[in-house]
Amino acid sequence: MRFTHLFFLLYFFVLLNCKEEKLQLSKIEGKQIQITDTIPIDIDIEAFVKPYRDNIQKDLDSVLAYSTSTFSKNDGELNTALGNFMVDAIYSEANPVFKSRTGYDIDMVLLNHGGIRSSLNRGHVSKRTAFQLMPFENSVVVIALKGTQMDSLIDYLRRAKRAHPISKLKLILNKDFEVVDAKIKGEKIKQNKTYYVATSDYLYNGGDNMRFFKPNDSVYYLNYKIRNAIIDKFYKLDTINPVIDDRFIQTK
Amino acid sequence: MKRRDFIQKTSAGTALVTLGSLGLQSFTSAVKTTKITILHTNDVHSHIDTFGSEEGRNPNTGGVARRASLIESIRKENSNTLLLDAGDIFQGTPYFNYYGGELEFKLMSMLKYDAATIGNHDFDNGIDGLYAQLPHAEFQFITANYDFSNTIMDTHTKPYKVFKKDGIKIGVFGLGIELDGLVSPSMFKETKYLNPIEISQDMTRVLKTEEGCDLIICLSHLGYHYGNNSDKISDLSLAKATRDIDLIIGGHTHTFLPKPTIVKNIDNKNMLVNQVGCYGINLGKIDFYFDSDKNKSVNGTSIIV
Repeated sequence: MRFTHLFFLLYFFVLLNCKEEKLQLSKIEGKQIQITDTIPIDIDIEAFVKPYRDNIQKDLDSVLAYSTSTFSKNDGELNTALGNFMVDAIYSEANPVFKSRTGYDIDMVLLNHGGIRSSLNRGHVSKRTAFQLMPFENSVVVIALKGTQMDSLIDYLRRAKRAHPISKLKLILNKDFEVVDAKIKGEKIKQNKTYYVATSDYLYNGGDNMRFFKPNDSVYYLNYKIRNAIIDKFYKLDTINPVIDDRFIQTK
Repeated sequence: MKRRDFIQKTSAGTALVTLGSLGLQSFTSAVKTTKITILHTNDVHSHIDTFGSEEGRNPNTGGVARRASLIESIRKENSNTLLLDAGDIFQGTPYFNYYGGELEFKLMSMLKYDAATIGNHDFDNGIDGLYAQLPHAEFQFITANYDFSNTIMDTHTKPYKVFKKDGIKIGVFGLGIELDGLVSPSMFKETKYLNPIEISQDMTRVLKTEEGCDLIICLSHLGYHYGNNSDKISDLSLAKATRDIDLIIGGHTHTFLPKPTIVKNIDNKNMLVNQVGCYGINLGKIDFYFDSDKNKSVNGTSIIV
């Protein structure tokens, strides 16, 4: 083959390719741009958001009740005024919902001490207070547990030695953290009875190592957020004045 | 710990990976180049306002009004731009509690998002709550592995969408995470979760062979990586098990990557996995450069991250 032939062949290929004009991926460049305050604000977007923001702020800060003092989750040994307030609110607000759907009453409520995310300060109480106490979107679930499983629940509380908030359950431990007395709504726990325990979906799914909710007889999702139960309680009360009581104590 | 090691390993220095061999450069004189820019967010979680100055980890960052002007300036520079979101648009600030996602969708429409996939938190007001906000979304929801046929969302999502920008066909398909265990069944109702790897194999075949796409993007809410001992499907494991995907845009795990991750797919070809953390703090930007045929066959594709 002569050299010129090779050139013809090359030109032929070039022409063929040009005709198709097919583009191919040759380079990829990837990076990430942080949205910092050096980037200007789009005034149209800002103007669009403002009425929504103003409305939320106004509603979050509208006064619902008055708190007589500042309550912290750290005030108390095995039960705290703030924790008691929260679980009692869930009982009073969620029980009518549960009862209307199932015909049963909630037997007890359990939350976790770590789930109380702020203190409740003296003075005006608003929806913002509820968002601070409960910033998460957890909802109330009611779990049907046999009396035998209730023993695991109580054993968890005994071992945890923390002020996990409880309502309608009364638990007395001795100085060695052994159970002296455990009663639900004033009665001894019966092995074969079914108990309806209200808690958060977070704890039901094993949060804070609460593994005693599964397996169970049934689960009822109330689609009622814990925060909303607290807000609904705020609406009903003029003054908030919870106390540390004898629901979960240790005898010395 | 394992995951951090991995991220550091892949991010050491600026990586430049070249396929094929060098040689026979500048074969033709006039090379037409088309640049496609992919912008993306994930897990914005109703974060509409900029973080305050007292915010611990990310003061003065984020905010949809700033994101809007950044996106606008990038679009001015290159009109061949797509804006995508990898899910979890909902939940995280009172905007969602008060307006149920209406504002989030309206703003994404104003920012001209092209498509989004669905995250687990987008079911937080139930599938009905998601459906109720659809009239406010002027962008396409894309999910290939949620079968909504027995739900109210039926016909309101597409498994994929093909975008055409300056002659380049870009196929985008969506993948969602397994909802069971993450979302209450009363919320997702009869949504069926399908295996992401099998669906991806099908999607890439459709997009490559039937639709003739030049670029294939997977918009995923599977999560970046779950550790080497987990058999949960993640973006990294999906990338390794599939072919023909050029870019996986991820979400769910709120992973802040120092730079996009280069992964070898099942054909031993390099592709990218990216995720930009959460809360609208960052915007991902991936530029794809296309030019004439010969350069590809001769030089291959270089990836610069």
